[in-house]
Amino acid sequence: MLYEVSIDGKDHQLQLDLVDGGWRCRLDGLLVTVEAALNRPNVLSVLMNGRSYDLKRELTATGMNIWVGSVCYEAQIRDPRSLRGRKDGAGDDLSPRKLVAPMPGKVVRILVRERAEVEAGQGVVIVEAMKMQNEIKSPKKGILQKLLAAEGSNVNAGDVLAIVE
Amino acid sequence: MFKKILIANRGEIAVRVIRACRELGITAVAVYSDVDRAALHVRNADEAYHIGPSAAMESYLNIQKILEVAKRCGADAIHPGYGFLSENAEFAQACADARLKFIGPSAASIEMMGSKTRARQAMEKEGIPFVPGTSSGVDSVEQAGRVAAKIGYPVMLKAASGGGGKGMRLVHTKEELGSALEGAQSEARRSFGDGEVYIEKALLNPRHIEMQVFGDQHRNIVYLGERECSIQRRHQKVLEESPSPIVDSDMRRRMGEIAVRVARTAAYTNAGTVEFLVDENRNFYFLEMNTRLQVEHPVTELTTGLDLVHLQIRIAAGERLPFTQADISLRGHAIECRVYAEDPDNNYLPSPGTISLLLDPSGPGIRLDSGVYEGWTVPIDYDPLLAKLIGYGADRPQAVSRLARALNEYFVGGIKTNLPLLRRILAQPDFQAGDVDTGYLDRLPKSEAAEVKHEENIAAIAAGLFATLERSSAVANDGRGASTWKKVARADALRGIT
Repeated sequence: MLYEVSIDGKDHQLQLDLVDGGWRCRLDGLLVTVEAALNRPNVLSVLMNGRSYDLKRELTATGMNIWVGSVCYEAQIRDPRSLRGRKDGAGDDLSPRKLVAPMPGKVVRILVRERAEVEAGQGVVIVEAMKMQNEIKSPKKGILQKLLAAEGSNVNAGDVLAIVE
Repeated sequence: MFKKILIANRGEIAVRVIRACRELGITAVAVYSDVDRAALHVRNADEAYHIGPSAAMESYLNIQKILEVAKRCGADAIHPGYGFLSENAEFAQACADARLKFIGPSAASIEMMGSKTRARQAMEKEGIPFVPGTSSGVDSVEQAGRVAAKIGYPVMLKAASGGGGKGMRLVHTKEELGSALEGAQSEARRSFGDGEVYIEKALLNPRHIEMQVFGDQHRNIVYLGERECSIQRRHQKVLEESPSPIVDSDMRRRMGEIAVRVARTAAYTNAGTVEFLVDENRNFYFLEMNTRLQVEHPVTELTTGLDLVHLQIRIAAGERLPFTQADISLRGHAIECRVYAEDPDNNYLPSPGTISLLLDPSGPGIRLDSGVYEGWTVPIDYDPLLAKLIGYGADRPQAVSRLARALNEYFVGGIKTNLPLLRRILAQPDFQAGDVDTGYLDRLPKSEAAEVKHEENIAAIAAGLFATLERSSAVANDGRGASTWKKVARADALRGIT
């Protein structure tokens, strides 16, 4: 699982992998393994290096508050591979739609040629970040109007990779 | 003894009185406004009746409607709680006229203490010390100026019918007097329907200490120890404790005896509280008498071992006080904090809304009197008090540490509360030393400066884990009995990325 998480306005990249019943967390440069139990909605118990954290979540209009003990952090989270919540994911099926890089990374493969037909959900570009390959999919059925990404190039979050019309 | 009591109130105090009724085997009747249909006091009561729209004027303050419901359901007594109609002499009289026992003092006692100027006149006659100033309303700026010059600035202008900080002005100089008097009078007229304003000398950052008294209908009156209520925001109490860190047994006896004399002048029955201002030399002055059960009564219950609501009901039913002054002894230390739905960092702005998560504290020495539950929506129509958390210990340090521990267990999600402020107060060295006065909260630095944040990493990881674990548990509901491995694999498969 790969996420973009912002805490009190500062952006972080978080990758979570289930390894031997624990969660391997790669947060920016930091690598830790934790045990986690979601005991009831919005209440999470995390054990990290033997230390117990009792964490609470409040959903807010703009995102969420994460409480570590009595300290509150404003958080936002985005799943880069999910189209939900992205501005360009909205709109009708007739207008052109952009495929954007959800996180900084490197374009490792291009799966569709310019002017080719694409199906909704068909993979168009693969971007690698934090050793994870993420397929960027077409939001709709149509023609790949323009391809802006090139294999081997580095992209930043929000860069337009292709336009489907 | 009564068979059925109607509780003309809402929130935590209604729940508190319902509990006492249950304990005494009395049927408890709740009343509720439109917005309170799902409130906790309605859920907890034996019977509940709708009394009108959400606006308090049309429901919890609607004397006719409440009496109508009380008669229809066959109640034989009414407990008014605090606030709303609790200090309304007209209501107490209307109950008496309708042959319903009002659990509180007589209408005449309420009337006498309800006007601060009339109470000051009575105290003057009795030789009871009160803050220097006038004992009747001032008519003109000239008269006010003469009085102020005599007692010395700064002076306080106060509404005779006032309370809760309304109709009150602190005046530092002669020049401010005219506009302050005008402002106080018009605010008093608007808030209480009575523009009478009197002057008293302003004590600078006094302590606010009050004495609990109790009288039966057989002319016995006792005092049950003091409560230190100096920690206030905008003249409303936030934290109260008993005993006061500065009151010793001699001062307690002197204050208590004066409080009993005050109650006697009003031929007082049932629970009442005599409030004093205390200066830095521990001189105390009569301020006013509250003719009802106080919000902060639990600290007295814990230090005396008495149940004041049981006592209220028994005494209203005609029983004698089951003890004398000599039987009263205080044990240990209790501190209450009021948990409000408000934002202490934003000028105490009320914060109504739905409680999305509620984790209540418990454990040794902890009492929680709450009027809310998880999933309930705190309405904007009433006082923002959600609950009272009380810590009790053998001594003050133990009470403080237990309360601080419980405040860290307490979590109210979805709305803003003053819990962070309460935690901060308890962590202050001057609070821990008992060094408080009514200016305390204004001097306390804002939280941004005090808060140290060093766990962004765990917060970020938690945000991701919440999202991941929620998704896998959602899938688990479809694939019952599947292992965690399968759940996660299925979650990934559903998202088409395996």
